[in-house]
Amino acid sequence: MNRRTTFFSPGFFLLCLFLLFSYSGKALADYDYINISDPFHRKVPIAVTVPASLSDDAETGLLAEQAADILGRSLAFTGYFNLIDKRAFLDAPGEQGITAREVNFGNWRDVGAHLLVTGGVRLEGRVLQMEFRLFDPFRQELVFGKRYTGEASDLRRMVLRFCDEMIYRMTGDWGVFNTRIAFVSETESGKAVYISDFDGENVRRITPADDIALTPAWCPDGQRIAYTSYAADKPDIYIRYADSGENELFSNFEGLNITPAWKPDGSGLAATLSFEGDEEIYLLTPDGNVDKRLTNSWGVDVSPGFSPDGKKMAFVSGRAGSPQVYILNLETMRTRRLTFEGRYNTQPEWSPRGDRIAYSSMSDGQSDIYVINADGSGLRRLTRDSGRNESPSWSPDGNLIVFSSTRDGGSDIYVMNALGGEQRKLIDMPGNQSLPDWSPVTGQ
Amino acid sequence: MKKSISFGLLLVLVMSLTMFASCAKRPPEPEDYPPDEQPMDIRTGERAEIEAELERQRRIAEEELEGFRDRDLTPDEEAARVAKEMDREAFLESTVYFAFDNSSLTTEARETLLRQARWLKENGDATVIIEGHCDNRGTEEYNLALGSRRAQSVKDFLVNAGVEPSRIVTISYGEERPAVQGDNEEAWAKNRRAEFRLR
Repeated sequence: MNRRTTFFSPGFFLLCLFLLFSYSGKALADYDYINISDPFHRKVPIAVTVPASLSDDAETGLLAEQAADILGRSLAFTGYFNLIDKRAFLDAPGEQGITAREVNFGNWRDVGAHLLVTGGVRLEGRVLQMEFRLFDPFRQELVFGKRYTGEASDLRRMVLRFCDEMIYRMTGDWGVFNTRIAFVSETESGKAVYISDFDGENVRRITPADDIALTPAWCPDGQRIAYTSYAADKPDIYIRYADSGENELFSNFEGLNITPAWKPDGSGLAATLSFEGDEEIYLLTPDGNVDKRLTNSWGVDVSPGFSPDGKKMAFVSGRAGSPQVYILNLETMRTRRLTFEGRYNTQPEWSPRGDRIAYSSMSDGQSDIYVINADGSGLRRLTRDSGRNESPSWSPDGNLIVFSSTRDGGSDIYVMNALGGEQRKLIDMPGNQSLPDWSPVTGQ
Repeated sequence: MKKSISFGLLLVLVMSLTMFASCAKRPPEPEDYPPDEQPMDIRTGERAEIEAELERQRRIAEEELEGFRDRDLTPDEEAARVAKEMDREAFLESTVYFAFDNSSLTTEARETLLRQARWLKENGDATVIIEGHCDNRGTEEYNLALGSRRAQSVKDFLVNAGVEPSRIVTISYGEERPAVQGDNEEAWAKNRRAEFRLR
């Protein structure tokens, strides 16, 4: 399928993967290590070992170290796992054997590992083969194992495929390893849209450096990004293919063309336009024509965001005198106000499960990220005393939130778990970064 | 009197220019040059020199013409021209300021806009671009819309004051183009504004 080839790209690359071992056929429930709906879930202690070198040259050893590093960092990124310090390990499966028969489960239980990953790396010419096995030292059995074949340059992608598979088996949802983050960064002469991998790696600019580009929004296809640009000296909406760079003008009505948001099925976008003299939200067809007007109140209506089922739309309106979040039921066309705490609530983002909405709230020059249930109950504050925390965007599994923060001086891109824990800087680059948007899962 | 002097000066200039030009056009006779020199080279060099001189003369002539036209204005007309230019400058330099998260026009803003409307009515061929701007507090998206609302308030006022809506274009820059840098009340107040440009 095209979609996968363009995402995984480099030309002739072919990732063959097949089930290595007949997987024991146990139901997911048997391995209920992670319950993501439990807000107090304990992190699972996991031992990630350096894969065995199955071909005998120095480069294989380096690749094995690299694989273990990516594997450990990626699993830790999810917030589900606690990596056990390598120095505590009693065994080195890379040397002593990586299969169920060879692993000494008792020694792994002794260091507190609830899970163990072993691996093997083989390099023959340009062909890289890697296998990984996930063990449960307490049950003394293999959970699953996979072998991947590709080129040496595909190493990171192979490791992430294993991580993805692992999260899927343990949570029932595909993880974030196949996702990307779009954001805006200052350049020397303007602002541009950039994209990075889920973990802030592989940052690259995708719009011209000397333009002002704002509010990137991933299409549900994971390929296209809608954004506002001043390329024609006024704010218009463009759509750009993240990988090919192909760019098209989407809407350039007189006045504002801002804050595009895709319908969950990709069949159109909502955006704020002002060609009728007032800032209202309109539904636009895929070719940029007005389908219908969705809001009708004097003053600002901006920042639409659809519920995952496409039946509701959150947005920001100044109709009550200060910006607040509202929800429009697209079936009944009735609007209700969602936020009542605070005088400046903007940037609503519906969670992938549809039950909650994240937004930013400003008071006394500080902004913080809040999460509220879609029915207005259960308000929870996720950031505090750390400058301006704005523009929340959920990971597609609903486990993480990416946002911008000025806690370190300038504005940078941060990530935290959906409960506000483990806040860390995701991207370190010059200038101010803002307006992150997490892509959907691609390529599964 | 002044007028006739400068006219005479111009005449002399134009005449000498014509004479000079006709001299230059006549090709020099080959036998005028000693045999060991290359007539072609000399001719080329000479022509360049002549053309440079012609160009210089032409420039002088044009400057004189320009000066001549200006002196054609009466002192009253000259004063009117300067005043008109100053009005235009004043129009472009006028800025309307707003309160935080607000797009309504203050009394001061209305006074400024009455002057702006007057200028636009006196200059019926001008098309104005109103830029709406915000301070850097608040979020980018909402500020884009707020900047639009501010520009729109200004436009509405001008239209009510009798300016044709077709001569007014609004554009919002949100918080993207601050007038001054800074994270304090003084800077914020200067950045919450509408500016005027002519198309």
